[in-house]
Amino acid sequence: MKIISAQEHQAVESPAVITLANDADPRTLDLNGVTRIDLQFPAFTDGRAYSQAFLLRRRMGFEGELRATGDVLIDQLVQMQRTGFDVAVLKEGVDASAAQRQLDRYAGFYQGSAVETRPHFSAGATPLSR
Amino acid sequence: MYQYTEFDKAFVRARAAEHRDQLERWQVGQLTDDQFRPLRLQNGWYVQRYAPMLRVAVPYGEINAAQIKVLARIAREFDTPDAALLAEAQATQDKLPGLAPKLTTNYGHFTTRQNVQFNWIPLDKSADVMDLLATVNMHGIQTSGNCIRNTTTDELAGVAVDEVVDPRPYAELIRQWSTLHPEFAHLPRKFKIAITGATEDRAAIGWHDVGLQLVKNEAGEVGFKVLVGGGMGRTPINGVVIREFLAWQEIMNYLEAVVRVYNRWGRRDNKYKARIKILVKAEGQRYFDEVETEYREIVEHDGAPHTLPQAELDRVKAGFVAPALNLPENTDAWLAQAEAALSIEAAKTPAFARWLARNVRPHRNPQLRAVSLSFKRPGYAPGDATAEQLEAAAALIEKYSAGEARVSHTQNLLLPWVRLDQLHALWLEAKALGVAQPNIGLLTDMIACPGGDYCALANARSIPTASAITERYQDLDELDDLGHIDFHISGCINSCGHHHSGHIGILGVDKDGKEWYQVTLGGSDGKDLSGAATPGKVVGPSFSSFEVPDVVEAILDTYKQLRAPKGDGKQEAFIETLRRVGHDPFKAAANAARHPAEEPTA
Repeated sequence: MKIISAQEHQAVESPAVITLANDADPRTLDLNGVTRIDLQFPAFTDGRAYSQAFLLRRRMGFEGELRATGDVLIDQLVQMQRTGFDVAVLKEGVDASAAQRQLDRYAGFYQGSAVETRPHFSAGATPLSR
Repeated sequence: MYQYTEFDKAFVRARAAEHRDQLERWQVGQLTDDQFRPLRLQNGWYVQRYAPMLRVAVPYGEINAAQIKVLARIAREFDTPDAALLAEAQATQDKLPGLAPKLTTNYGHFTTRQNVQFNWIPLDKSADVMDLLATVNMHGIQTSGNCIRNTTTDELAGVAVDEVVDPRPYAELIRQWSTLHPEFAHLPRKFKIAITGATEDRAAIGWHDVGLQLVKNEAGEVGFKVLVGGGMGRTPINGVVIREFLAWQEIMNYLEAVVRVYNRWGRRDNKYKARIKILVKAEGQRYFDEVETEYREIVEHDGAPHTLPQAELDRVKAGFVAPALNLPENTDAWLAQAEAALSIEAAKTPAFARWLARNVRPHRNPQLRAVSLSFKRPGYAPGDATAEQLEAAAALIEKYSAGEARVSHTQNLLLPWVRLDQLHALWLEAKALGVAQPNIGLLTDMIACPGGDYCALANARSIPTASAITERYQDLDELDDLGHIDFHISGCINSCGHHHSGHIGILGVDKDGKEWYQVTLGGSDGKDLSGAATPGKVVGPSFSSFEVPDVVEAILDTYKQLRAPKGDGKQEAFIETLRRVGHDPFKAAANAARHPAEEPTA
């Protein structure tokens, strides 16, 4: 999970980079030639983009970059990483110093995710990759 | 009881550490109040009318004596506000018109969703409390917030005589699946699942976002009847069947589809329209179709990763075998002798006979009984237990129920493993502790939320009304004669006191800054006596707090006048008479009991 600051984030309009509203159905997208999709958290309590990320990564097999933008705080990073995001743009002013220990905190989770598809109970389950 | 693995234990400890990390960042200003709030809520920490409230998760209500002892310690050592805060809170309460009961500290409160709450723990002590809870595998994970909440079930799960399938292993598996689910941490609104495995619904599944009933099909295979879209609140709606039969192995794959479609489609523009019930009602078949399509995709495309293997079900089931009780050989002679001894005691002591009839229920093992300790008694809010009472209850549970108990939906404790030949000894001790009121299922075994004495959301207080009814109906013969009545009180339309499902429901409303109460009749939580889950109907304009006890009495007097004997010679229950004769005579009696002249102006 790569964390970048708001300054490092460039909103790009190009055929290769899509910005998706969080009420859009990602399954209607043509992903041909797309290398990056920016998903949006208008408020961190609005969790629609988690389902979008899951569908893009797991269902549609999108292999490019999934970028979390908007009201992104460090306590959402684990959820973002697990639903398939690989880049998070921290909200302006958010202190990133405590971020890594959130990502390191849990040795594993119960349910499968977009990244570690097998649940904990699944035979031969391995610890989550980070 | 499910035995926590090292993985489970480490998980709970990590969660406690995460809360401490968040608390400390909030304390130094790295997290704003708005940022910290949803995080602490998902660990059960609210900030209420005067102080923080902690809701501790009791997964599907199952709890052991060691856990109750830790809850007792938390009540004793942490549930204490500083004196100035308490004095200020009491002074504010005293200004409300009507009776102002003394605010109480150092106690736990059993909730309708089988959890336990504390009302006065300072937030800066919250991380210490989470660490303490983690020592007995407890936590507040997802007891609040817009996420999947504690799964609730039948208090008699695993011991009920009418049980088809024990729901506890499935409830535990759903607990694991839903815990810190990365996709479903910020849903449009809270999401509650209830599960039953008996023929009678004692888990109010029709009132939940998802209701699950374990059934067997013609081939004897276990599966779920799945209901979706139930809920109380401002718009009470009962769940509808989305699947008649879903193989047990598929439950998590299917729930994933149900919740994912809700996460994407549920309304977020208005919190009163954000529950799944509104989506299901608005979209109907379209929602069902979308869930079925999503479920097919999970199975066909994603490879159904959460399909439960038999080995995993067996692993979890192993935690739910009946405890070793060192019972005497189960012979007809032993049973006959134990029953005869009980009969003799019951004949000698009418109070014991009454308790046997009301608080003791049959068990799938004829040598055992399920016993309810009643936390409904004068001088206490419904479901409250002091630190000392919690400690003493834990000792009773160790001595008489293999160390295991249940927090019931009706805010009592149930002991599921009591020997027939120890009932009398248990009764004596429960009586000494003040939790042997023989009122289970009766009027005074009421459900009530903490209301405006504690809750920041409440429009009106619940506890004074609960006390007034409790005090008015102390005559056990009269209570017995009134028979089974579900009496439910909510202090606001959030409906934590489940007024919608009460035979008699009371709802606190705010008019011109004063407390008023709507009275509803004829609700059902889905139990056999009450029929299919349904909301009650309002009797008329709201009543003052002074009128409510008289209105309840007028309604009950009407029942006494109108009830008829049934075919079996027994009297009709209140709800049966109401259904037979209709609401009109009850409404008329309720409205005639108004006495606005006595309304105080204070």
